[in-house]
Formats: sequence, C-alpha cells, structure tokens
Amino acid sequence: MGDDAAGELDGVKAWKRHGRGDRVRYVAVFERPEAQVLRGLMGQVDQMLTGRGAAAPDDELAALTGIRTGPSTPPEDPVLARLLPDFASSGEEDAGELSAALRSVREPELIEAKQAAIATVLATCPAGGGRVELAPSQAEAWLAAVNDVRLALGVALDVTDDMPEQLPADDPRADHLPVYHWLTWLQDSLVTTLTG
Amino acid sequence: MQPLATGSAAPLHAVAQVRLSAPAEPEIDERSEEAVDEATLADTPWQTIVWNDPVNLMSYVTYVFQKLFGYDKAKATALMLDVHHKGRATVSSGSREKVEGDVARLHAAGLWATMQRAS
Repeated sequence: MGDDAAGELDGVKAWKRHGRGDRVRYVAVFERPEAQVLRGLMGQVDQMLTGRGAAAPDDELAALTGIRTGPSTPPEDPVLARLLPDFASSGEEDAGELSAALRSVREPELIEAKQAAIATVLATCPAGGGRVELAPSQAEAWLAAVNDVRLALGVALDVTDDMPEQLPADDPRADHLPVYHWLTWLQDSLVTTLTG
Repeated sequence: MQPLATGSAAPLHAVAQVRLSAPAEPEIDERSEEAVDEATLADTPWQTIVWNDPVNLMSYVTYVFQKLFGYDKAKATALMLDVHHKGRATVSSGSREKVEGDVARLHAAGLWATMQRAS
C-alpha cells in the first residue's frame, strides 16, 4: 500500500500555533513528496470507504424516508474492518445481533464522517507541497484522517506493540514502515500543538 | 524537532515513546485512577469500553477523551493509562442510546471501542 518516498520525507517542520482565540491557526510546511505521500494514502483510504459505502443495500424504503442503512456484516477486508469496527463487546450474549443492527444504522454516517475528514486534508494540503494552515476544526479533521491512515497502514504492515524503528532489509514491509513512523510523528506533533 | 530523516534515529525514538503501546511507566496516583473508574460505572445499564491497540497514540487518545467527553486532562490521562496498562477502560456509561452514540464518536476518531451491559 502506498508509494515509498520515505527517504525524501525529511522536510516537514513541527506544527506551530499562530494567533489566538478565534483566529488561532495551526501551520506546517510540507515538502512535495510528503504532500504526495499523504494525499496518496488519503486517496486510497477514501476509495476503500467509497467502495464500502456503495455496498450498502439500495432499498426503496431508504429512498422514500431518506434514512440510509448500511450492511449488517463487518467488512471482509481487514483494513476496512479496523476502520469500521463492531459495536458490541464480543462477550455480550447478543453481541452478533446488536453489532449487526447498529452497524446497519450507524455505518453510513461513520463512513461519511471519515470521508469528510479526508476531504478536509485534501482541500488544505497542496498537492505540490507548501504551507498548510488549519483552523481548529480543520486540525481536528486532520487528526482523525491521519489516524485513519495510520490505522490502515498498521493493518497492512501488521504493526505490533513492539514494532522496531526499522525492519530488516529483506522484510517486504521495510520500505513502507518509515512512512508509518512519519505519519505517527506528524499526528503526535499536531496533537501536542493543539493541546499544548 | 526534526521529523523522519534517513539515518536520524532520534525523532523516531521519541515517536516510539508516545505510542499507546510504549513501555513508558508514567507516575500515576493509583487511588485517583480507581476513583475515575468507579465514578464512571455508577449504577448505569450500559458501558463504553475502549480497548488497547498498537497504533493509537497516548497523546491522541487522551485528547479524544477530553474532546468527546469533556473530561479534564487528569481524568482523560488516567483513563488512557488504564487502556494502556490494563488493555481496556470504561470511558463512559449511561443509557443504551447514549453509549451507542459514544461508541460511534470513538469509531469516528479511530479508537477501538465497544459497548456492553454494566455487570
């Protein structure tokens, strides 16, 4: 998943807070390869979510009432399954029924929220790199979208609790892990700037 | 602070420290940690559980608890550390509708959350 431009991802500076009150903005400067990798991964997750959304049942009642319903079974794709988890704790006796019912009611709006966050990133991060300036609500969307991309990569790269900084060169994941670590840095930097 | 750079291990090491699964053992008052859980549980039929996972960051999880539930930093941090150390924490409770909404908002934020009846 994703392009490997990790060796070039060395330009972005930490997020900085500018201004105060209603005018506060969170600012970072992205190099072109950084913006490309970020936008590319966002686009991939966005496409997966679109595909999942299209799998929703297309019934006449929904068309009449405007109340959308999604599928009642979890996605088979492990990345989508992580982004759209079950609602009920597995120990509950009716966990299967409860998760199925809540998924069909809740999943469409969840997909919509995730795609809206991705759209905010794509609208505010120039394709060729450069200055990104975010209002607080946009910064929140960035946190959610970057986190979703990290979750997706985490599944794709089988990230574990004791993930090393680098994998052996012969590991097929070795080229992609730096992108994951970079996104981790990007997200933590934004959280820290937002709450600091 | 420098971001990821080839051959520069320091920032990545710093990054490893903020992962939810990081081995850091921050000091925390055991009593206040338990008080948070007990207060959250009080006589309500449904609970929102957040589970540990290897991707979500400690800083982000704390931020999400503050943002979604209005908890102060101390309470949000205590709950985050419960998730980190015990593998799970009860982060809210109430009616089924309330908890259902809380789980949905946590899913939107990318946390691994589920709901269950209070035992």
